[in-house]
Formats: sequence, C-alpha cells, structure tokens
Amino acid sequence: MKRFRGFVIKEFYHIFRDKRTLVILFGMPIVQILLFGYAVTNEINNVDLAILDKSRDTETQKIINDIEASKYFKINDMLDDEGQIESIFKKGQVKAVLVFGPNFDKNLVTQNSADVQIITDATEPNVANSVSNYLSSILQKYQTDINKAIKVPYQIVPETKMYYNPELKSVFMFVPGIMTVILMLVSAIMTSISITREKELGTMEILLVSPLKPYQVILGKVFPYVFLAIVNAIIILALGFFVFKMPIQGSYFLLALESILFIFSALSLGILISTISETQQTAMMASLMGLMLPTILLSGFIFPISSMPVALQVISNIIPAKWFIILIKGILLKGVGITVLWKETLVLLAMITVFIGVSIKKYKIRLE
Amino acid sequence: MRTINFLLVKEFKQIFRNKPMLVIIFMLPVIQLLILANAASYEVKNIAFSAIDMDNTPYSRELLSKFKASTQFDFIAMYPSEDMAKEAMQEGTVDVVLHIPQYFERNLQKEKKSKLLVTINAINGSAAAVENIYVTTIIKDFNQAVQVDLIDSADMSQMPKKVNVIPLFWFNPELDYKTFMVPGILVLLVTMVALFLAGMNIVREKELGTLEQINVTPIKKHEFIIGKLTPFWILGIAELIIGLVIAKIAFDIPMVGNLALLFLFATVYLLVVLGIGLYISNFTETQQQAMFLAWFFAVIFILMSGLFTPIESMPVWAQFITEFNPVKYFVEVVRMVMLKGSSLSDISPQLIKLGIYALLINALAVWSYKKVS
Amino acid sequence: MENENVIQVENLTKMFGDFTAVNEISFEVGKGEVFGFLGANGAGKTTAMKMLIGISKPTSGEATVAGFDVKSHAEDVKKSIGYMSQKFSLYNDLTIKENIVFFGGIYGLQKSVLKEKTQALIDELGLHDHADELVRSLPLGWKQKVAFSVALLHNPKIIFLDEPTGGVDPITRRQFWEMIYREASKGVTIFVTTHYMDEAEYCDRVSIMVEGRIEALDTPKKLKEQFKVDSMNEVFLKLARNIE
Repeated sequence: MKRFRGFVIKEFYHIFRDKRTLVILFGMPIVQILLFGYAVTNEINNVDLAILDKSRDTETQKIINDIEASKYFKINDMLDDEGQIESIFKKGQVKAVLVFGPNFDKNLVTQNSADVQIITDATEPNVANSVSNYLSSILQKYQTDINKAIKVPYQIVPETKMYYNPELKSVFMFVPGIMTVILMLVSAIMTSISITREKELGTMEILLVSPLKPYQVILGKVFPYVFLAIVNAIIILALGFFVFKMPIQGSYFLLALESILFIFSALSLGILISTISETQQTAMMASLMGLMLPTILLSGFIFPISSMPVALQVISNIIPAKWFIILIKGILLKGVGITVLWKETLVLLAMITVFIGVSIKKYKIRLE
Repeated sequence: MRTINFLLVKEFKQIFRNKPMLVIIFMLPVIQLLILANAASYEVKNIAFSAIDMDNTPYSRELLSKFKASTQFDFIAMYPSEDMAKEAMQEGTVDVVLHIPQYFERNLQKEKKSKLLVTINAINGSAAAVENIYVTTIIKDFNQAVQVDLIDSADMSQMPKKVNVIPLFWFNPELDYKTFMVPGILVLLVTMVALFLAGMNIVREKELGTLEQINVTPIKKHEFIIGKLTPFWILGIAELIIGLVIAKIAFDIPMVGNLALLFLFATVYLLVVLGIGLYISNFTETQQQAMFLAWFFAVIFILMSGLFTPIESMPVWAQFITEFNPVKYFVEVVRMVMLKGSSLSDISPQLIKLGIYALLINALAVWSYKKVS
Repeated sequence: MENENVIQVENLTKMFGDFTAVNEISFEVGKGEVFGFLGANGAGKTTAMKMLIGISKPTSGEATVAGFDVKSHAEDVKKSIGYMSQKFSLYNDLTIKENIVFFGGIYGLQKSVLKEKTQALIDELGLHDHADELVRSLPLGWKQKVAFSVALLHNPKIIFLDEPTGGVDPITRRQFWEMIYREASKGVTIFVTTHYMDEAEYCDRVSIMVEGRIEALDTPKKLKEQFKVDSMNEVFLKLARNIE
C-alpha cells in the first residue's frame, strides 16, 4: 500500500510540474465557457439585410422601419432590381434580401392579401432558417397589428410558457456539454496518453517488473486524472452557476455520483485506447478522432439527436457522453432524481464493465 | 536542396511505416465525414408533441389534426391531465404540450376570442424559440381558416388581411444541412491532420532524442523545417482531395466553383496551420504538452470560425478576434467557392489576409527554432 | 612531434540561472588523440560537450573546435565533427541502410560515394542479413556500432562520443573500443565522455570533471602515479573524497 501511495504521489508530481499542461487544463474550460457564454451562439444579431422595394409606399416603409428597429437585422442596402441579388450574395455581403412586390398597400386593401418574398442565402441553412423565421414573424406581427386595428373578430390567442429555462438562455445547453467534453478530455485522452507514454519511452516495463501489480500501475496512473477531472467539473459548474446563473435544481449528491460514474466510463475508455496504441501519437489521434469528435458531434451537445438520421441515433447510444448529458441536464435543470434517471445510470455502469473487460482481455493476450 | 530530399524520403518512410497512424490519417476522417455530416444539423424537426384536450369539440379536434398532419411534429400522445403531461416532459418523453381549455370552441364562436396554452421544454433555448414559432404558425393558420369560415363574407372590411410570406432559399433550396456542414467538416479534418501531426512530429523527435542528433549536423534551419513540414502539407492536400471525392460521391455536395481556386487557398491555409504547429513545437518539451496546446488553440479557432455558429451572431469584440483566426477564412472560402461559385476576386481579401498571416507565423516559427540553445 | 590542437578550450563556462554546470574549464586536445572526458553523473560532462559540438551556447569563455569558434561558427564546427549521443539517436523506425543513407545525405555525401560507403559500412560490421531490418529490432550493441559508423560517414576530423557504451556487454564494449582505436590510428581525434572509469585506461589522456570543474588532466599512467593508486577507478574515488 505504501508503494502504491508512493507511485501515485510520483504521478501527481509529474502532472503538477508540467505547468504548461496544467494552465491549459484549467484554462480551457474557463475559456470555453466564456466563449460559449458570450460568443458562440446561433441567435441572430445584426444580420445584414438588403431590401428590394418595388412599391415604396407607406406600408412597406412601416415594415422596413419595424425591421430596422429590431436588434436582429441591419439594413445594408436598398436594391434597385433583381439582377443585383445574385452578386450581392456571391460577395457575401448580406444574408437575405426582402422583396416587396409592386402595389403592396393597394393589394392589401383591395385584394386582402399582398406578397413579400424572403430570399435567403441558404449556404448556411440554419442562419437562413432563423433569418427567414424571424423576418416572417416580424411580418406576421405587422399582419396581426393591421387586423387588430380593423378589429377582425375570432382571434385565437396562444400563450407560451417556457419550462426549465424561461429566459431561453443558451447556458443550459453548453455548460453540461462543456463539462462532458472536458471530463472526456482529461479522463480518457490524458489517461491514454499517460499510459502510452510509459510504453513508448520504455519505462512501462520497469513499472511492470516492480513489485507493483499491473492493476496498481494502471490505477496509480489514472488516479491523478480522476482528481483533476473532478476539480475541473467543479470549476465548470461553479462558473455556470455564479457567472451565468445556471440553476442546480436537483440533488448535489446525485450530481456528484453521476459525474464520477461518467469519469470512470471515460477512464475505462482511455485505458482501452492505451491497450491498442504503441505510441503517444497513435493514442492521441485515436482519442481525438475516435472519441472527441463523436462526443462533441453525436452526444447531443451541439446538435440535437432527434434531428439525426435513425442510424446515427442508434450509434449515439454507444457514446457515454450522450447518456451523461441526459443525466446532467435532468439533474441540473429539471431537478429529477434517480427514479427517472435509473436507465441512463445503468447504461453507464454497463459501459464501464464492458470497456474494462475488453481492456483486461487485450492486456492478457499481450502477455501471452 | 538535396538535403531536403533526404529529409522528405525519411519522413515519408516513417509515416507510411506507422500503420495505425495511416488508419487514423486516412480512414478515420473518411468515417468521420460520413457519419458526422449526417449528424450535424440544427434543424428542429421530429418535435415530440402532445396535447391535453379539455374541449373535445370539432374545432379542437380540427386543430389537433393540423398538428398530427404536420411533418415538423411527432405526435406522441394525448394526456388526460396537466400532471401527466408535466411528468411526461420531466421524463423527456415530450417537448411540447398544447393545452386546449374547456369551452374553446364555444368561446371562439360566442365571445369571438379564445385562449390556448402552450408549454415547451426550453432547455435548448434556441430550439424552443423555433418550436414556438412553428406552433404559433399552425395556430395562426387555423385561426385564419376559422375567421374565413365564420366572418360574414359580405362584410369585406372586416375580412382579415394576409401578408403572404414567400420564403425562398437560394444556393441550397432544400435547406440541406449537409451542404453546409460537409465543406466545414472538410476544413476541420484537414486542419486537425496538419496541426496535430506536424506539431506532434517535431516534439516527438525532441522527446526521443533524434532532434539533438539533427541539430549537430550542418543541416540548415530552413532545410530542416521545410523537410519536416512539407510531408504534412502534402498529407493535408491529400486529405482534402479524399474529402472532396467523398463529398461528391456520398453527399452530392455541389461544386459550383473553380476547384483549382480551392486548392490554391488550401495551400496557403495549410502553410498557416503548419506554421502554428511548428511554433507550438518550439515551446513544448513533450508530445503531451504539444497536443494540449494545439488542442487548446484548435478548439478556440474552430468554435470561433463560423463552422458551427455564425460569426455575425457574435458580439463585436469576438468578431474582431475572428479576424486573426485562419480557420474562419478557410471555412468562408470553402463555402463560397463550392456552393456559390465565387471567383478569385471574390475571395481575394481572405487570400491576401491569409497570405500575410502565413508569412508572419512561419517567420516567427523559423526564427524561434533554435539549433543552438 | 608537431601536433596541431584540434580542440582548444579556455575558461569555458555554462550557467543555467544561478546554477553553474560548467565552471571555467580549460584544456586542449591534439590531433589523433583519444581524449577521455570523465566524471560522475551530473558533473557537467554532457553540458560541456554540448557546447563543443555547437548545440549549446557558452555563458562565457572560449572554445575552438576543428579550427572554428563554437560561438560564432557553430555550423562550420558541425561540418567537421561527428557525434554519437547517449541515446544512440538512430531512427528506430528506419532500417540500418535507410539510416545510413539519411545521415550521409544530410552531411552532403554524393550519391555514388554514399552508395560505396553504405556497402562498406555494412560489410565491415557484417550486417548483410540485417541491413534492411528496422533499427528497433536490433540488439543494443549493434545499434551502438552502427551509430558510431554513421557518425563517421562524412570523414569528420573529430568525433564526439557521449557515453557510447552505456548498457552494453563487456565483449561488445571491447569491440567498440577496437573500432575507436582504428579510427584514431587514421588520424581521427576521439573525444569520449564516460562514467566507466576502466575505459579511462584506454585513453591517451583523461580529464576528470567534478562539480563543473576539471580536477585532474593527464595520461592515465601519470594520474595513477600522482594519486598512488593502481586503477583509474581509485583515482576518481580519491578525487571525489578530496573534494568532500
């Protein structure tokens, strides 16, 4: 036991002496949270717009004023004819062009309807969609206003209540996500590199020949990273809580438990990767390409799983991160407990067992 | 010059002898591209929808049928009570609940006004906003139909006015997210190969001790650096080619513009990325450190590149920072050239900026590489 | 006997912050000499050597190697010297042949010359069967011999060897020293650091570094007389004790 402790302490020294890595390890979540909190968002703001107004009457002017008044759009250009639209898009100067047909007001009065075209540059479909949606809701509001003014009867008035996140803050999406990514990074990637490093530099054999048992070697290597991961998790949650007012509705205890569970699942993945890598480079690239990217893209962190093709939804089930994100959002934002989250917890436990099992098997095959 | 040749031969031998690395460099990105291009989409669809109908009248049923018919919503269930609906939302079974109150139809006909309540799971704030728009649009359309039905057509002045909104989506009429994401993911893959492999490679020699041996030879600084970076430049371009082929075959991504332009830009871009990798390797002692540093910058660059979220949505100070982000330029140009067919003059501002960037970072990297410590 | 000095060192010093690793050492090495640069681990031998081969900048003092000032003409120094590092620094994932071709090419050897030399080297070491094997799979002793030969490819005037026989069996060590003598007899100057005191006996002259300073510099015979002992090992022990 004493030997083991000595070994663990040595591993800690290794890590803490590497100031550069430490700075990044702790700086990264902070920078990421700040970026996501303040810069990275899909909300549209100050979108460049151009207008082709073939009517130029008081009603179109009203709508144009409404648009300018909203913080979402910035009117860059008033166009003269259709031919200009393509080139203005090609230059990338505007995201959308609003086209009013001729006789807008007249048509409204005499025919009770008038046309407006919202032409968006759909090379960025989500921006195009948002822009289209927001512009049409401004137009819809205009429509509602006129109808109110002339007191059209039979109005259905819908009222919307936003649950768990009434202010529609994006924090709630990314804090769990960042936590997952950082935990994965520290627990899986750093662990796999650390173990593989000993292999590459040839010191692994020395360790294996020592009185320490193999599992003690692995445990010792892994322990400091567990510690680091936990500290990181706390920092991220604290930032989310204090700076971005993200609530922690559920039980702190459950939160801690599930987080540690996830850390272990990531660790077991890291160990698995180290059994198949000879060099640090391999471990690192395998972790990055095979772990990091799928975690970021298929876990529901940035892109909703429900929007993915069925095949991918199935694949996303083998990514521990996906389950953890459900767990953590549930605990933080919905305040639910183990009775609701038992399924996800079980999945993580099963994953840990499988990963460790495979690692042990691979290790044994090696020794033979 | 000959020296560089010898270096290149050695580097390529080493790269191609490393079988696991080859898999990672060539196969994984292919798989990534295939899988992830399909996954990456912000489209809000298959919205898990449910309703509580306390009215149970022709109108309420008519309204519900509109939701059932809509492709945007997945009709999950009807709930008999508020509590059950709330529980379903807690469990994540549904995201939207429409509450139709009792006397919905009667109020609309008699009082000429009726209310509806919509509750939405707003954990994903931006998705919730879109879901709200979709819901209210369906409700408003239903409202319009009711008004046309009930309003005495003789009384024209009281007919509702309609602004016909015609959305048109240019360059990508089906709002195919793949068209948007694939070029971006291409950039991502090329960047990762170049940045990580190049940076890691030099540090590896440091760690193993072979760098010292090189420093004792009369090899010139610039010869060594060119010899080191060129293979990864070639790999980066190879990656781009493979990626483009897959983009065309698997996703049928339009390639409207001049591909030669794309490669020209990619060349300059790779010079920047490799320069950054080199610069990082000059300041790190171990591969782990190098990886970390590279990862740190890569994440920031990628997040702030407009790949996943638009730059226009960023606050001014963040937009300013993106001016120094090479990834941003490549993402912009890839989309402009492939999807819009932009010309050399269209992309020249980005090309020039990136060119200057390449010069600066490489000069910095070469200057800071010390053969003598 | 007119012997030009190929290495001239005067008050050479290297400091890392407050720590003085090499403290004003001075000595000369003549052409064709086998010069042993001895000292305990951490005495400063490797640091001193790094300055002489031009990859570490001296804090103060002068050193001239192969006629060039290490401070101002490091690259010229490198053209005239060969180096074998502690880790043997061949590329593990290249074959013997490929390593030879690579390093030879870096030193500017012409293609035809390179071909000849490659063949000669393989013949001399008797490695025909293994020429196309990865260095990684070679036993340590062979790696070391190959590394030594690679360092000589460009006919350097001086060759610097940093602990070349670490971890190798006595027979291989012996064979290695035979290789060293062969080169010395051709006029190549050998500058070798080691912490194996018995190897000191093989050298023409020996210097012993203790904590950054040269505490002894002479032929092994004269040093043994001076300290009244029978082996270089004992010379060293006495020196170390004196310092305490």
